Amino acid sequence: MSETARILALHAGLVALLLVLNFVLPAYPQGNLARIMVLASYAIGYNVLFGYTGLLSLGHAMFFAAGMYGMGLSMRHLGFPAGPALLAGLGAGAALSLVVGLLALRTAGVAFMIVTLMFAQAVYLAILLFGKYTRGDEGFVIPQADRVLAGIDLSDPFNRYFVALALFSFCLFSVLWLIRRPAGRVLVAIRENEERARLLGYDVFAHKLGAVVASGTISALAGAFYGLLFGYAGASFAAVQYSILPLLWVLLGGAGTIIGPFIGTLFMFYLIDLTSGLTSAYMLIAGVALVLLTLFAPQGLAGELRKRLWRWLP
Amino acid sequence: MDFGPYLLLASLEGAVLASVLALMASGLSLVFGVMRVVNVAHGEFYMLGAVLAWWVASLAGGSVVLGFVLALVLAPLIVGAIAATADIVVLRRLSYDPERTIVATIGLLYIIQQLTLMSYGPEARPVVAPFNTRLAIPWFEFADGGLRMYWPWGLSTTSYKLFVIFAAVAVLLGIRVMMTRSRAGLLMRATQQDREIAQAFGIPVERVYAVVFGIGAGLAALAGVLIVPIQQAHYLMGLDALLLSFIVVIIGGLGSLAGTVIAAVLIGMSEGIISVFFSPTLAKIIATLLVAFVLVFRPQGLMGKRVR
Amino acid sequence: MSAADTSKPVSTSRRKALKTLAAGAGAAALPMWARFAQAQSSEPIRIGFQKHATGIGAAYGRWYDRTTQAAVKLINEAGGINGRPVEIITEDDGTDPKRGAEVVEKFATQYKTDIVFGTLFSHVVIGSAPRAGELKIPYFVVSEGHHVASGALNRWTLQPGITDVKSQVQAMAPFVKENLGKKVTMIFPDFAFGHDHRDFFSAAMKAQGGEIVGLIAIPPTETSFTRYFPKIPRETEVIYHVMVGPGVLTFVKEMGEFFGPSSPEIFGFIDSLEAVDLNSPGLEFLDGTYFWEGYPRYVQPDQTPYDRFYRAAVGLDENGAALEDPRDVATMAHMFGCWETLHVIKQGMEAADYQGPADRARLIEAVEAITDMPHSNEHPQGAKLFNGRTHQVFGPQYISKVTGGKLLVTHTAPIEDTLYPDEVDYTTQPL
Repeated sequence: MSETARILALHAGLVALLLVLNFVLPAYPQGNLARIMVLASYAIGYNVLFGYTGLLSLGHAMFFAAGMYGMGLSMRHLGFPAGPALLAGLGAGAALSLVVGLLALRTAGVAFMIVTLMFAQAVYLAILLFGKYTRGDEGFVIPQADRVLAGIDLSDPFNRYFVALALFSFCLFSVLWLIRRPAGRVLVAIRENEERARLLGYDVFAHKLGAVVASGTISALAGAFYGLLFGYAGASFAAVQYSILPLLWVLLGGAGTIIGPFIGTLFMFYLIDLTSGLTSAYMLIAGVALVLLTLFAPQGLAGELRKRLWRWLP
Repeated sequence: MDFGPYLLLASLEGAVLASVLALMASGLSLVFGVMRVVNVAHGEFYMLGAVLAWWVASLAGGSVVLGFVLALVLAPLIVGAIAATADIVVLRRLSYDPERTIVATIGLLYIIQQLTLMSYGPEARPVVAPFNTRLAIPWFEFADGGLRMYWPWGLSTTSYKLFVIFAAVAVLLGIRVMMTRSRAGLLMRATQQDREIAQAFGIPVERVYAVVFGIGAGLAALAGVLIVPIQQAHYLMGLDALLLSFIVVIIGGLGSLAGTVIAAVLIGMSEGIISVFFSPTLAKIIATLLVAFVLVFRPQGLMGKRVR
Repeated sequence: MSAADTSKPVSTSRRKALKTLAAGAGAAALPMWARFAQAQSSEPIRIGFQKHATGIGAAYGRWYDRTTQAAVKLINEAGGINGRPVEIITEDDGTDPKRGAEVVEKFATQYKTDIVFGTLFSHVVIGSAPRAGELKIPYFVVSEGHHVASGALNRWTLQPGITDVKSQVQAMAPFVKENLGKKVTMIFPDFAFGHDHRDFFSAAMKAQGGEIVGLIAIPPTETSFTRYFPKIPRETEVIYHVMVGPGVLTFVKEMGEFFGPSSPEIFGFIDSLEAVDLNSPGLEFLDGTYFWEGYPRYVQPDQTPYDRFYRAAVGLDENGAALEDPRDVATMAHMFGCWETLHVIKQGMEAADYQGPADRARLIEAVEAITDMPHSNEHPQGAKLFNGRTHQVFGPQYISKVTGGKLLVTHTAPIEDTLYPDEVDYTTQPL
């Protein structure tokens, strides 16, 4: 089997498996997996910038929130139906990531981390400042009656899972496509050695800007779908924890791998969900697990898989 | 309140924040400078300092001053020892890889927070300041052609807040002397400049790292002890402090202790002074964006040298 | 299995294993179940308790838990609900709306609890309620937010045990204007909760002929407050303060340091000092100031037998602290809501002859049909009026004066002062 065929088989296989699971899973894991797929889409977006381009952002919650609020506010105040509201969320994310990219990419390394962190903090505080429209920290409910997309009731567990899977597959395959194109290879080149990429004649800034916009827009798309599928938009999704989470998921799953973000999100979700059922000290267990993973699986789960078994894993 | 007295009050408050921030951030800066790793658990060491201060103070029972002095000595030592242990057990095995260190210290953050929640509890607990006199401050105005002194409503500080400022200045001077004049400081600076060469010259780099990590955590703990009579010890107090001191370190310029202190003063004071002019949340947004734009236009920080 | 064991979140499989074990051990495990009429045939009624065990709400969660366990122990000793024991299944929501929604799903679809109960923080309630509505599981919140009565939530979400912020706040205005002064400056957190205080109190004060001269919104996660106090206009006659979170004690202390000897009248919501010892250093200046209290923290001279009963069952001393540790001050002004809500749940389930999840809709209708709740052991905070259309309860509000380090009730706002026109009729929504 050629490498491309193998890669396609693996990822299509994952999507097919997830599709089958929608028909066999009991209610609780079905709901969880729908959630995990939306969050994994967020992590996939994060991975474009962090895993493939080598830029560590500490402010991705602002893109997630831009999508969530772009969708939610346009429904709440402008009466948009679900479809246009999703596009509004997407647009808000793309616009914000373009502006942030243009400014933040003047910096690199730790300064880039701080600049993104600060912009995200400003977005979070702005959500509170405009509490009249956003209801601040409390957030607002997106009414069940409005959560209908092309005639599909998104509050139904089966439909929700299916839409989450569609979003996840879309993000998965578009990023897979992106990184196998020349532009994607340039991103990896920039990650490995920015100077050399520049000397080879690539426009490094334009490529990095493209990565920020792609990453931010995918994150915003995930945020918009999260709000729509689960019926709530709130400021806590813009807080710094939600910027650290995708970093954690990606590092756990394997930075710079296509399925890593999904594996990391799945692992982290069930680590907390299962241990919180056993003990109230689940954060302790999560902490110990993180330390152990960095000690014994330094490349993340998918990264270790690539190192030990499947050298071809993209 | 009139503008002048208000500005003075905001500056005084800013100075207290700046002092605590400078202490904590110089710990982070030291670790970052020498070891080149981001310690996400730094805020938890600050929190542990505050929690230990409460613990020592309640064990000391009646004597407030004794309890406080004991806390000032013991808390940084205990926290420093914990941090050095974490360095030896975990970080050393990661070979100080930047990304893996971030995840490992996030794990450490969870562990410390949860253990504190389980043993100390979710409450915010106060520690009595060893002394805390309210000091009203006079102000001058021109009236009837002459200078007149009066006592504006609310313009005051406390003796303890002034003590915090002086204590922080003293400790920071002490660190400066240690880094520039002592053998330990020499070893640290040598390791900071080039790890391999330092090792080649027989410097026990691993031991230096453990000590640096311990001192950095100890400084955070000291900041925690100093702040706890003003604020309360709470198990979630670390995150905001971490973010602030992280910002301070980067704005100041990596590896520059002087830059860190200058940035702490700038950020502490501007937080106070901007709040004079705008509504509180808007003031926070403006201060936040200001930090971002300083870096956008001067990515190496205030005192840093351009690396690339 | 002792009553204390039920407090631990146990996974279904482990619980099943425990039961099998118990069956094998035979009579050893029986006494607990033998108290109930149809001992072996009836499953316990399961109540999912969404607890703020970690995160910013943890100090509240601990006391919500304690009150809940005490109420359930009492209900079980009296024969349970419809002859069946009540079992509390606890799960931490981390005081986070995302996790909150997940926990509701976990209760409904994995633990298969009969209802979900016990949420305090508004953002967790609002994040979780849509899922409760979709899963059609009754969701009893103890939050004091105005979200339920405002119509933002759904027919499956009810707040029958604690009054909401709108009625609390508007009932304060007459007292403030009559006794403290007309020109008020409000200091509140810049969250939705603070904005509710701002909007509802401003409106109520204007209706009384008073005036709001200053509004100071404090940003979240703020840890030092002194620099905001100069924004208080000099003409202020009354300071109205409400603050939440771990910084509350600093806030109140710094307010005292700011004013020194020349302070205006001070009226605060006890949220600013909930679970904080009034005799903490730096709070001496509060003597003579006033607080709203949802439930009197200190035993009053005219203590009711209901209050005595409630304190004994929960394990509270006369200063509203834990019996075993007088420094461990309870969240008195809120946690009674758990106690009262559980008794409403019992009343509703008995009225609906609740047998299992199939009767959930009937339970909602039965609770909606409740109107009067007399002052009793079940409702120790006072007599209440439940509005089935808005799913919100109304009750008396207390204003206490700090006197010698204790809070003495000086005014009780009657239920009439807390009422406002309906903003929603949930009963028109389908079940």
